[in-house]
Amino acid sequence: MDMTVAKKKLGLKERYAVMTRGLDWTPSYQKMEDIYPYITYEGIKIHDWDKWEDPFRLTMDAYWKYQAEKERKLYSVLDAFTQNNGHLNVTDARYLNTVKLFLSGISPLEYVAHRGFAHAGRQFPGPGPRVACLMQSLDEIRHAQTQVHAVSNYNKYYNGMHDFHHAHDRVWFLSVPKSFFDDAITAGPFEFMVSIGFSFEYVLTNLLFVPFVSGAAYNGDMAAMTFGFSAQSDEARHMTLGLEVIKFILEQDPDNVPIVQRWIDKWTWRGYRVLTLVAMMMDYMLPKRTMSWKESWEIYFEENGGALFKDLARYGIKMPQCAEQIALEKDHLSHQAWSTFYNYAAAANFHTWMPDEDEMAWLSAKYPNSFDKLYRPRYEFWREQAAKGNRFYNKTLPMLCQTCQIPMIFTEPGDPTKICYREVDYKGDKYHFCSDHCKAIFEHEPEKYVQAWMPVHQIYQGNCFPEGTDPTVEGFDPLAAVLKYYHLEHGRDNLDFDVSEDKKNFAEWRGQATKNI
Amino acid sequence: MSTVFLALQTNEETRPIIEAILQDNPSAVVDEQPAMVKINADGRLVVRRQTIEDITGRDYDLQELQVNMITMSGNLDQTDDEITLFWKA
Repeated sequence: MDMTVAKKKLGLKERYAVMTRGLDWTPSYQKMEDIYPYITYEGIKIHDWDKWEDPFRLTMDAYWKYQAEKERKLYSVLDAFTQNNGHLNVTDARYLNTVKLFLSGISPLEYVAHRGFAHAGRQFPGPGPRVACLMQSLDEIRHAQTQVHAVSNYNKYYNGMHDFHHAHDRVWFLSVPKSFFDDAITAGPFEFMVSIGFSFEYVLTNLLFVPFVSGAAYNGDMAAMTFGFSAQSDEARHMTLGLEVIKFILEQDPDNVPIVQRWIDKWTWRGYRVLTLVAMMMDYMLPKRTMSWKESWEIYFEENGGALFKDLARYGIKMPQCAEQIALEKDHLSHQAWSTFYNYAAAANFHTWMPDEDEMAWLSAKYPNSFDKLYRPRYEFWREQAAKGNRFYNKTLPMLCQTCQIPMIFTEPGDPTKICYREVDYKGDKYHFCSDHCKAIFEHEPEKYVQAWMPVHQIYQGNCFPEGTDPTVEGFDPLAAVLKYYHLEHGRDNLDFDVSEDKKNFAEWRGQATKNI
Repeated sequence: MSTVFLALQTNEETRPIIEAILQDNPSAVVDEQPAMVKINADGRLVVRRQTIEDITGRDYDLQELQVNMITMSGNLDQTDDEITLFWKA
């Protein structure tokens, strides 16, 4: 693209000042506290909103111009993808399960982020952050829409994607990403900015998008690669907004520092727990791997996050304490997650499988301290059982952590042979946690987390069956009823990849694409 | 000094930009990944409009980079002439 560069009458800095502050006014007949009612209760003190400036100095006119260009590029690639039967060019049909996981787990979060930034932007009295939040809010709805459009091309051929939003609001493991974002948007505007803008976008987003998008590129998925890059081109701006907001809040008043530190500690851990899904995607679900979860964590968190927290040390901000536990978990996280999804393949909207010999060798090489000793024997046993016709499907519902809502599958820090359990008694009820960090988050705001919609509790209470279901009839099959409630078809959308329609169809269609029949 | 980086899509538009960055930043190192180029530099990285214009022979608005950016790290400052990424510590 050769864009015409018009000679501007004003420089970038002047234009930014005119298009943000220049458009703002001081209200005369309404009180500031009535217009911005949520701005004080979190305890954050702001003295001068004009000190906040977007370092990209992007104004709405330029925003529309470049976003339009991104959309043109994206949709021409999507057309080419469809016209070229692009769905048959992915490495193998197992890859599609990554797309299913993304569409039902992540895309709905983009929409919630759209609402969250619209809300936060409305609440900030400063025109600088308000304009930046408006842009991010528009970006996020664009991401939701382009992801749905791109993946709809796969939905024409493969199973499990047909009702992703319905699934997002109901399926047991999807409550993990859903409750994470619900937690953020129900916080105050400053905590929302620290949770999503800083902790998620700045500290953790590279771990989600970069491996996912380069994974898509590596696995021949032109559709996901192109929406991924298109979304990612907005992320650099989101990261900048997240970092600037943190610096701005910290510079405004020293009393803000401990509040912000608590939020950073909480949201780094919350975000990391959600990334469990990404860890398993990288190590198990991409037929052609880009890098291991452990390597990705070392580059993007330990190295890059280390540089960030060193830079923020001048404000008195420290690396979140949970980083120590995360470092201990990096040899185990993806394996513990994949084992769980292998177990629960009957109740999920995507397929799982056991890694083949080459993949086991890759895992041994990437995880020399843990894989052969702890996880390979387990997989070999399951593989043997499957070969004998006893593919294991766990039908007992797991205990969930009250904060992150992940089943209690994680092991004690430093002892990968012992499951970690923590509990708290609160107002006569017992609550369970996967870790000290999730427990501490609950203890700080118990009234928020006791309200969590816990999928397993809801199933046991009979709230996850289709209307009119009678669980007392003889031979009642609770799993079958739950799948109906999820809008998932047993034997089609769930179970092992080996017995799936996806595997059979992909092989047949790819065969047709290369032969004259 | 900590590393700053800028990651761009691998395409025809970014080729001269990467060339310009390498000219202007002696510490810059290119890390080519699937469909993506990550440029790492020691503590500070500058993208200069003038260098890009010299290479491409056309006028360039640094905001065009918005279309091809993937991710970055460091504090940022953008003017009409330069985009700078830097750590203060």
